[in-house]
Amino acid sequence: MTETLKLRVDRRDGLAVVYTEGYINNQGGEQIAKAAYELIDGGYRRILLNLVGTKIVNSIGISILIEIIEKMLEIDGRLAFCCLTPTIEKTFHIMGLAQYAGIHGDEDAAVEALRAA
Amino acid sequence: MDGEAVLREISLTLPMGPEMEIAASRAATAVAESMRMSADKIDEVRMAVVEACINAIEHSSSSDQAVYLSFAVLGRREPERLEVTVRDTGVGFSPDELEEPRIEEKLLSKRKRGWGLKIMRGLMDDVEVRSGTDGTTIVMSKAR
Repeated sequence: MTETLKLRVDRRDGLAVVYTEGYINNQGGEQIAKAAYELIDGGYRRILLNLVGTKIVNSIGISILIEIIEKMLEIDGRLAFCCLTPTIEKTFHIMGLAQYAGIHGDEDAAVEALRAA
Repeated sequence: MDGEAVLREISLTLPMGPEMEIAASRAATAVAESMRMSADKIDEVRMAVVEACINAIEHSSSSDQAVYLSFAVLGRREPERLEVTVRDTGVGFSPDELEEPRIEEKLLSKRKRGWGLKIMRGLMDDVEVRSGTDGTTIVMSKAR
């Protein structure tokens, strides 16, 4: 019954895309945070979380994403999301995440916005 | 709602364990699908159920370590509304004393959590929380 999260990271000229597949709960959130902090330590200041393979999240997992946003603000970096389900996007808006992280419909638009930021 | 009847009701008890909220959300999905709710609305119900279960798991400290759920399909003749009840027998809390979380404050705070009720209220049409020393009951509903 477990829905563990799978991650894939694509590094592109100063920008990294983290693809998620599965449930973003506390463990999933921690996995994403670990990957994000490794990217930050490696000098990446633009990170895109592509949630195309994630159909469900919970508030504990999102709370960990807020920690990543906080970290990105501290280093003057940018975090963005793309390819969210309508419910995940609505949830991010309910929580106010869109004020601090870009939310985009597709990856191309997100990459363009991150590169311009 | 006036004139509404319970057309069918499904109850289940789940032990508080890893990812029990996923099992609960699958049950919610099945019931919502049976009343031909739209896919987006089903997804919203599913997420609200996940949050209600996590609330119970994280905060109830209940001795029986169980979450009691019921899904009631309500309507006059055809299904009109899904009512989900999530109950625990834990220590309870005072919903009125909870501060509404705000992202700008959470970003500055060590504690980033505490979003469950806000998410449930944002995704469902109606959310009622009853809590006392004998536990917490969350009743939430969404029109088809």
